[in-house]
Amino acid sequence: MTPVSKIMDEELVRRAVIRIAHEILEKNKGTENLCLVGIRTRGAVLAERIQRAVAAIEGVDLPTGILDITLYRDDLTRISHQPIVHETCVDFDITDKRIVLVDDVLFTGRTIRAALDALIDFGRPECIQLAVLIDRGHRELPIRADFVGKNVPTSLEQDVKVVLSETDQQPDQVVVVEREGE
Amino acid sequence: MSLLIKNAVIVNADGEKKASQDILIKGSTIEKIGKDLSADGVKVVDASGKKVLPGFIDLHCHLREPGQEHKETIETGCRAAVKGGFTSLFCMPNTRPPIDNGMIVEGVIKEARRVGLANVYPVGAISKGQNSQEMVDMYEMKAAGCLALSDDGKAVNNSQLMLLALRYADMVGLLLMEHCQDPLISGKGVMNEGLTASVLGMRGDPGVSETVIVGRDIELANYVQARIHLSHISLKRSCELIRFAKSQGVRVTAEACPHHFTLTDEAVKGFDPNTKVNPPLRTADDVEAIKAALADGTLDCVSTDHAPHTLEDKEEGFDHAPFGISGFETAFGLCVTHLVRTKVLTLAGLVDKMCQSPARIAGLKNKGRIEEGADADLVIVDTEAEWEVRKEDFVSKGKNSPFFGWKLHGLVEKTICGGKVVFER
Amino acid sequence: MEWKRHDLFDLQDLSRAEIELILETAKSFKEVSTRDVKKVPALRGKTVVMLFFEPSTRTRISFELAAKRLSADTLNISASASSLSKGESVLDTARNIEAMNVDMIVVRHKSAGVPKILADHLSSSIINAGDGCRAHPTQALLDMFTIREKLGRIEGLKVGIIGDILHSRVARSNIVGLTKMGAQVTVCGPSTLIPIGIEQMGARKTYCVDDVVAESDVLIFLRLQRERQEEQFLPSIREYAQVFGVGPERLKKAKKNVVIMHPGPTNRGVELTAEVADDPRSVILDQVTNGVAVRMAVLYLLAGAQR
Repeated sequence: MTPVSKIMDEELVRRAVIRIAHEILEKNKGTENLCLVGIRTRGAVLAERIQRAVAAIEGVDLPTGILDITLYRDDLTRISHQPIVHETCVDFDITDKRIVLVDDVLFTGRTIRAALDALIDFGRPECIQLAVLIDRGHRELPIRADFVGKNVPTSLEQDVKVVLSETDQQPDQVVVVEREGE
Repeated sequence: MSLLIKNAVIVNADGEKKASQDILIKGSTIEKIGKDLSADGVKVVDASGKKVLPGFIDLHCHLREPGQEHKETIETGCRAAVKGGFTSLFCMPNTRPPIDNGMIVEGVIKEARRVGLANVYPVGAISKGQNSQEMVDMYEMKAAGCLALSDDGKAVNNSQLMLLALRYADMVGLLLMEHCQDPLISGKGVMNEGLTASVLGMRGDPGVSETVIVGRDIELANYVQARIHLSHISLKRSCELIRFAKSQGVRVTAEACPHHFTLTDEAVKGFDPNTKVNPPLRTADDVEAIKAALADGTLDCVSTDHAPHTLEDKEEGFDHAPFGISGFETAFGLCVTHLVRTKVLTLAGLVDKMCQSPARIAGLKNKGRIEEGADADLVIVDTEAEWEVRKEDFVSKGKNSPFFGWKLHGLVEKTICGGKVVFER
Repeated sequence: MEWKRHDLFDLQDLSRAEIELILETAKSFKEVSTRDVKKVPALRGKTVVMLFFEPSTRTRISFELAAKRLSADTLNISASASSLSKGESVLDTARNIEAMNVDMIVVRHKSAGVPKILADHLSSSIINAGDGCRAHPTQALLDMFTIREKLGRIEGLKVGIIGDILHSRVARSNIVGLTKMGAQVTVCGPSTLIPIGIEQMGARKTYCVDDVVAESDVLIFLRLQRERQEEQFLPSIREYAQVFGVGPERLKKAKKNVVIMHPGPTNRGVELTAEVADDPRSVILDQVTNGVAVRMAVLYLLAGAQR
């Protein structure tokens, strides 16, 4: 993964999170019935950051859960080793709630498809919205984000890496790397 | 209650004291041994010219109670035992019903306490009903007072059960004793299989019925690393197997009975049913081998296998008479006459066979030796006195002895058990 | 770490890291069973066959629920002795089942080694649900999972296993698994029901149940089967209960936070009394709950490994 271009630094990530928080509040006209669900691993971190931003703006702690979508992947039978399953932690009832699903990068849309399946197994929410830090395009399913930190046009030979201090022990940043030929 | 024995020549297994000493007994314990002892208000017994030995311990006898009180009771059996110098008795469980549960064990102990003549240690059965099918509740037997188990009267003929019983008994802390006689081999045999039986036209019990069980049990005990005590060994070849096992470190002990080193199957020629015994009387070769095995320690001790029967039982004719010899009252005399006076054993050696070794095998800590602090179980004997074995002198209900008319040396003068004089001539 | 195993016979084959992975994975699956919709699509389209040559209720139901909660299709085959007497061998039976394109076979058989024989000849994943007296790996895994859940660790714990060790596949698998995870295992039972060489298998042995109750962090009781008396191993069930059974009096000597376990079904009044089985420290029902999660984890991990 040689050539690297940095597209977001710490400050840009911080601002994007605050903006998304404002947009969520605006679109949902406040915090009533609003819940956040982050997709493991970095989506969960982002969901917590959005929760803190909302608390700073509105003084309300939104119920926030973590979703592990491993078991809902549609490619389980095509990979040679089972990926490690982590715990799902949604300890509130999502029925009739307005759910904002949070992830770091929106790419093919398959992860979101799995997350929607998983969420619906937990109950029947009033609506589900999607917030992502990066939308890099190349959708394979009819899925779009409601809240986007930054749109990044990429080629299929590129990877988008989101680095967050909580999970990566480095300052926040988003970089685009060229994938080496295999 | 106190007792002072004056001028005692004490004989322990490790030797005979040269000079006489006094023994002061307080309660049931030997308090002091020394020169010129005196104490106030004690009963004095003068042992001048006599020897004082530890009370004899019999690892193998039959008291017949419960169930066959016409043959013997705990009371008559104890009377005969103390007359023979025995103060501790291990009575076998082939009573009616057999001693195979804690209640019967406690019953025997209670009756023996009431009688108050000798220490009675009931030997429990190994299998329920002595039928070689299921083990007895060994923890229960031990709690009730058993120190050892045996299916005496017959061998445990189920080898798997014997293996498991050895393993289980080792855990519980009980000694297993074996009656070495394979019932399927001995079949209906009534005497030793051999020339004499052939001449007499009697059904023979081949000696191999004993040796296969001796061999089997040695192997089982070796495999399980448990102890086994082999009762009333009668054959030369058994002695050889035991000698070999001991040399290999197998935890085996064994005993012989007086009739097996004093009589041969020739004695059966008179058709005296009192010579019918299990295991049967063997050959002169075997008699010599038993003596040699006692001398070299292959056989650890002498037991009586006192097996009283009524005269009526024995008068059924040889084929139908029950097996057994009434042995308490002749054992010491036979041993002195045929082991000590013939120099097979010293008197101290005999004390080892009749006192110290049985105490060690059974785990009786304070018995088998005369020393300060030991239990006051003593016997005062005259080793020189000659006497004749007479039916009318027997106090046992079992008058079934092949030794009537025999002249023996070695007479029990007084027996003291638990500090109490329980027999005097 | 990556999971590469296709079959599960015994914990002997597994590394400590692999056991850790199963236990960690099971933690996630435990949550699935608490949802309203107790089902995830991970094994959608897979067929799991329960091939039981020996009667079992608990283990079979536990595996079946685990498979169903992973969206697999399940099929129960209770092969009785009579079908075998028709001349069809175990292997024939299994081959016929596999010919119907099944993916995983959960097998229980009264003979040790049968799951291994099947795995050697079939391409399906084979999971041992108990083979003779040899191994019952998922039981040991669920026991370890439960211990970790209650005490937070396995390393350094003292675990007492009380009962018929000789005939117990649960004891054997637990000795292997627990010692691998750093616990110290002591077995306790009548000398006739402790296998020869238990020390070389990694366990200490004692005949004193009071000692093992007093020193253990975890007590695993095993079911005493009545036929053991008929087979001459024991004098009587009554004596067993008196000497090795644990009631409230004996339990007083146990550690305050001791964990009481039993693979079930319990023989109340024999190996333990009702008071002990129902003690607040008893986790017998947690074991049943955790069994489903652990078996889900095992099915999930094995399903992904290609042969």
